[in-house]
Amino acid sequence: MNIVVLVKQVPDTATERKLNADDRTLDRAASDGVINELDEYAIEEALLLKEKHGGEVTILTMGPDQATDSIRKALSMGADKAVFVNDEALHGSDAIQTAYALAQALGTLEFDLVVLGSESTDARTGVVGAALAEYLGLPQLTLAGKVDVDGGAIRIQRQTDYGYDVVEAQLPAVVSVVEKINEPRYPSFKLIMQAKKKPVDKKSAADAGIDTGRVGLANATTETVDFAAAPPRAAGTIVKDEGDGGTKAADFLAEKKFV
Amino acid sequence: MAEVLVLVDHVDGQVKKVTTELLTAARRIGEPAAVWVGDGVESGRAALAEFGAEKVYVAPAEVNDYVVAPKAELLAKLAQEKGAAAILVSATAENKEIAGRTAVKLGSGVLTDVVDVNAEVVTEHSVFGGATVTHARVTTGVPVVAVRPNSVVPEAAVGAAAAEEAVAVEISDAAKTARVVERVAQEKGARPELTEAAIVVSGGRGVGSDDFSVVENLADSLGAAVGASRAVVDSGWYPNQFQVGQTGKTVSPNLYVALGISGAIQHRAGMQTSKNIVAVNKDPEAPIFELADFGVVGDLHTVAPQLTEEINKRK
Repeated sequence: MNIVVLVKQVPDTATERKLNADDRTLDRAASDGVINELDEYAIEEALLLKEKHGGEVTILTMGPDQATDSIRKALSMGADKAVFVNDEALHGSDAIQTAYALAQALGTLEFDLVVLGSESTDARTGVVGAALAEYLGLPQLTLAGKVDVDGGAIRIQRQTDYGYDVVEAQLPAVVSVVEKINEPRYPSFKLIMQAKKKPVDKKSAADAGIDTGRVGLANATTETVDFAAAPPRAAGTIVKDEGDGGTKAADFLAEKKFV
Repeated sequence: MAEVLVLVDHVDGQVKKVTTELLTAARRIGEPAAVWVGDGVESGRAALAEFGAEKVYVAPAEVNDYVVAPKAELLAKLAQEKGAAAILVSATAENKEIAGRTAVKLGSGVLTDVVDVNAEVVTEHSVFGGATVTHARVTTGVPVVAVRPNSVVPEAAVGAAAAEEAVAVEISDAAKTARVVERVAQEKGARPELTEAAIVVSGGRGVGSDDFSVVENLADSLGAAVGASRAVVDSGWYPNQFQVGQTGKTVSPNLYVALGISGAIQHRAGMQTSKNIVAVNKDPEAPIFELADFGVVGDLHTVAPQLTEEINKRK
């Protein structure tokens, strides 16, 4: 079974994140880039499926030059190879355009399954997996907390507010994963060394079949009109518990009419 | 005035509060038209009328038998037929997916986790864990907008008709590829749903074990939903679907009570837009106190039970 895992590089949430003043896109230079956290769960799930069913795991990343760091990390976890769609024309693409571009790039690859994280920690739209399934015309098996493949059939547990739905489909399919699905492995020294020799196929937008008239900031379907630092919250009242902390908290809640 | 489609969230005919919020927001843009999927519309119609739905489009329950795609087909079809000015959904995980697929079908754009929307469908967002506020708009086609629950104050309207109109739905084969074969409900009890609760009480590492009663008792005294930090969920102390934070749910209640939660960015990203924040933590340096409107430096195992008792006394 051949699996493509979508990997995105995002700014480290532990650092201060900013938007560019000129074009209101993410300032990727302002903070360290890291692999999107949920994508590590996607890679892990793909590796587990490969261990069980054989085949190959390919990483597909779209992003600026520095995204190679995340590709190396993905390869050092055990993925076999990578495709890196790297083109200035893609800069500023929104969620819908990103799904379109990834769908086009996937059209140049052979796969039975596409796996991705259910959202990224930067934009957090949570729509790319669904929009990708729409573009590809493939079953949408998103928000998966468990994945089972049996021959050409696939079954997932889709997380819901009340628990989960059991969803069935036929391969090929698009799967997005949530955090509870597994525990991503740490790359071993051996794998880190091996990863340096694994092939990374760099493609321009045109190589990946992407119409540059449909992607990038100039063709975006949405526009950030303005942005500003959030107004700071007014400093609150902090008390030390002297045996009456609960009572004082109740006074606050009463004052705010919650009790 | 152009119609604004509002996808109704309901449980067995009971309209969720977030839908009344969406209808209120929709009235700023145009004429609200509710889109109801499944049974029970007769018990929900009054609430839809009260908050300004002039029409209610009713689609059969079969739409729910497959993941997301049929609902996107339904919304896209209605938007095209009715010349809708916008489509509003609540920003739940599933509805954001519906919004995304609908936008692809319409060749338009989608805006998610919106905390406010005006008459021109310019949306407000709180991003980067609440550190930055942005305004955005869809530049092409019918805007598809996913609004975070508790972001808009619901206001009743006068004299809306909520006239029912059945929608003939023919689900395409392409939308039938991911079939829901079973729905499994996990323990939840009588508490409100996390993302739309007016009050949320969350427990973190400080709770110390899988005995979450100290958190649950306080939640129940306030009629609140229970949340949990990632540390708690990772430790297996509380089920995954209650996780609040960057990789869990985003909540925006009127009151958020954080018990034994340090307030790392992972957590803040999921609760920073709460209107009032109360924190209890042993560590006076915990970053959660930077957000707190009221904080108690102390042991949650003594402070929270006292608070619960006081609330019950004052009811």
